[in-house]
Amino acid sequence: MNLAQRLKSNPAAVWGGIALVACALLALPFVLAMAGTTWVRVTNLAILFTLLALGLNIVVGFAGLLDLGYIAFYGVGAYVYALLASPQFNLHLPFWIILPIGALAACVFGVLLGAPTLKLRGDYLAIVTLGFGEIVRIFFNNMSQPVNITNGPQGISRIDPFSIGSFSFSQNEVILGLQFSGPIKYYYLLLLVLIAVIVINLRLEDSRIGRAWQAIREDEVAAQAMGINTTRIKLLAFAMGASFGGVAGGMFAAMQGFISPESFVLVESVMVLAMVVLGGMGNIWGVIVGALLLSFVPELLRHTVDPLQRSLFGHLIVEPEVVRMLLFGLALMLMMLFRPAGLWPSRVRRRELAEK
Amino acid sequence: MDIFLQQIINGLTLGSVYAIVALGYTMVYGIIQLINFAHGEVVMIGAMVAFSVIGWLTTNTTLPPLLIVLIGTLAAIPVCVGVGYALEIFAYRRLRNAPRLAPLITAIGASIVLQQLAMMIWSRNPLGFPQIIPNTVFNVGGATITLIQIAIIAISIALMIALTLVVYRTRLGVAMRATSQNAQIAGLMGVNVNQIIAITFMIGAALAAVAGVMVGTYYGIAHYTMGSLLGLKAFCAAVLGGIGNLAGAMLGGMLLGIVEALGAGYIGDFTNNVFGSNYQDVFAFLVLIGVLVFRPSGLLGERIGDRA
Amino acid sequence: MSALLEAVNIGKRFGGIEALSSISLTIQRGEIYGLIGPNGAGKTTFFNVLSGVYRADSGDFNFNDTVLNISAPHEVAASGIARTFQNIRLFANMSALENVMVGRHVRTRAGIFGAILRDARTRAEERAIHERARTLLEYVGLSGRGDELARSLPYGDQRRLEIARALATDPHLLALDEPAAGMNATETATLRRLLERIRDDGTTILLIEHDMKLVMGLCDRIAVLDYGRKIAEGVPAAVRKDAKVIEAYLGGELA
Repeated sequence: MNLAQRLKSNPAAVWGGIALVACALLALPFVLAMAGTTWVRVTNLAILFTLLALGLNIVVGFAGLLDLGYIAFYGVGAYVYALLASPQFNLHLPFWIILPIGALAACVFGVLLGAPTLKLRGDYLAIVTLGFGEIVRIFFNNMSQPVNITNGPQGISRIDPFSIGSFSFSQNEVILGLQFSGPIKYYYLLLLVLIAVIVINLRLEDSRIGRAWQAIREDEVAAQAMGINTTRIKLLAFAMGASFGGVAGGMFAAMQGFISPESFVLVESVMVLAMVVLGGMGNIWGVIVGALLLSFVPELLRHTVDPLQRSLFGHLIVEPEVVRMLLFGLALMLMMLFRPAGLWPSRVRRRELAEK
Repeated sequence: MDIFLQQIINGLTLGSVYAIVALGYTMVYGIIQLINFAHGEVVMIGAMVAFSVIGWLTTNTTLPPLLIVLIGTLAAIPVCVGVGYALEIFAYRRLRNAPRLAPLITAIGASIVLQQLAMMIWSRNPLGFPQIIPNTVFNVGGATITLIQIAIIAISIALMIALTLVVYRTRLGVAMRATSQNAQIAGLMGVNVNQIIAITFMIGAALAAVAGVMVGTYYGIAHYTMGSLLGLKAFCAAVLGGIGNLAGAMLGGMLLGIVEALGAGYIGDFTNNVFGSNYQDVFAFLVLIGVLVFRPSGLLGERIGDRA
Repeated sequence: MSALLEAVNIGKRFGGIEALSSISLTIQRGEIYGLIGPNGAGKTTFFNVLSGVYRADSGDFNFNDTVLNISAPHEVAASGIARTFQNIRLFANMSALENVMVGRHVRTRAGIFGAILRDARTRAEERAIHERARTLLEYVGLSGRGDELARSLPYGDQRRLEIARALATDPHLLALDEPAAGMNATETATLRRLLERIRDDGTTILLIEHDMKLVMGLCDRIAVLDYGRKIAEGVPAAVRKDAKVIEAYLGGELA
């Protein structure tokens, strides 16, 4: 592994770098909180989307399957959490029970979707997954009669936050002299989950299954000839990606305290895809950067473009929401036209290594 | 029985629109194996442009309503054709030989960009269709059919016939069919492949413009989000009939419209009101998944070239 | 010694065309068996039927003393038949080493949980896969080139890499589709030595080739196909003189 080789050659520098990054990450929420708790929330959402992008990366990047309905798994995870930890059914199970259930539910949906459809060719698979995503959202939006399951377009609110015993993640507390707001507590939890997910992804990439995914992406016929059961392995990719989505969804529900079908529309699937595409499909670090970029830049723009337009033109010409969507659309188009391998193509790194 | 006939009529109307839009999808897919995701937005642009013109003409002139609608449509067509051409030149041409994911992703991006541009131009508010067409209603065996419905079905059929004549009776049509079978060989035989592909896009866009006007007129409003769902359903219709197959697109469109209308009408009864007509949009996707799983080449068989 | 592979009356039609009609042949363990014939004779079709890409319309294969019952291509490698492709189908953007490592997939077992948890057994398996892949690269003459991308290897090396990848599946039968295509005399000689070494080390080889010098010098026995039929089978010396074979290749007048 890249890191392992560098560690051997210059351990001091690498550990120093890691320590620096760790300190920055640990201090970050408090720095952001000075500008306003909103920025901590924005960061938390960015981390959630990074989790989603990493999950989709397994499907699109590793295995080469275009899934346009990925947000459905996020939605399943979120609704499972909401149904088991809110006044909707008056169930209040602890999060460490619900999150695995949510992941499992999403995984089951992934397998249900994948089993009949993975043999389809690329663009058809894309449309079918899109259709699936829409079907799931429509069901979320309508399952309020005759039995009220999802509470329809109004969504489910007053979802329980994470709590361990009496320690709740939504309350402000003072610990060790520092002011820990709810979002700041969630930040650390999300950071932990993100690190775990990154490690899992790195391990998956460099494993027998990861190589099988790559082989399928490169040449499915040859992969079959080498004994790879491509249908089963593709299904594994779907299931893994879906599980990540489910976990992220559960955390989203707890963090936000409220979910509605609006959060799980097609546009969200496309946004996660844009993050994967921008970072370079298959490239774990690239995808992380892509996700962070596409999460933060629109927010930053929203805070600068708005006053800028008012001072230049006197009024708002282009709404920040439009700017955000234009950015996504253009990112997708320009990336495919000019840099289809992503901003940080991973194969470039590999060739660099080989040329030593 | 009344409901049944009424739903058939409604289904045929909407189905005709699906058919016209599906033709655009199927022609493009047949010739370059690309799902033109942005096609739905072209339909929307057609509706918006036409409505703007129609609205202006209604308030500022006293032309007869039919002429106003005609002028509106004629104004929409060149705009849509221009958008279709631009899409081909700027977004898709470079990616002709790229792995299939690339143009699909670009198409999605283009669709988003077009939608946002439309919102910037026309704002979030829907454009209304002025009450200039008489609301004449005819009675057919217990059900009603309006003038607009008749017009939509008639115009769609006329367009389908016209397109079939072009594709099967003209030199242009021969060139289009040759290019969709094998672009390389067609090129060697003297066909200007780039031009033919561009023309295919433009014809599809022109059809989309008319479809946009029809849909807008039927529902009475045009809105910048009206294109996406309509486009998706029309694509489902194209797949249902057999992608790349013109007759398939027409059949698929009509069928999908009828299935949707009947489904929406009867689903309450079939499921004891557990699922109501608000699940209508699900039908198109269920049909799509069903077709692709059980009969991927569609009802009439697919017609695509040797690229795969 | 019983035969390794017995093809019994294999038939395959594509619409009106009978690509293979009643092909029967027998490959003994430990031999190099050549399959030759003019273009379009059905040689690659035979490969595709054997490797599960197509289903035979009639006939059976007996392989390794059992009836070969293949419903999907990936089961072929598991049964012990590995193939290469006429047009070289490597995993272009993976390294040479990774290509060979993929070949080990069918003989290894680590799954998702093994990948994530990296328990002792998984780690031992990964080490073994690495080792075996490196050994195979050396075996075919590509030692030290493991980190190069498959698509940036020179043509001859790509062919050898494909063979290494196929060998990684531990096949009883190695089926090669025109391995010498596009090679010059030196490269062909190296290839011949490699194939002989593979045979000597215990793997049976089935070979489609057009290079007659290679075929006649290397193969223990040859079958000749023409228009989907087997028109001759035997040792090279006999086949070379067979009138039907000469007619098939050169046309009637020169016989």
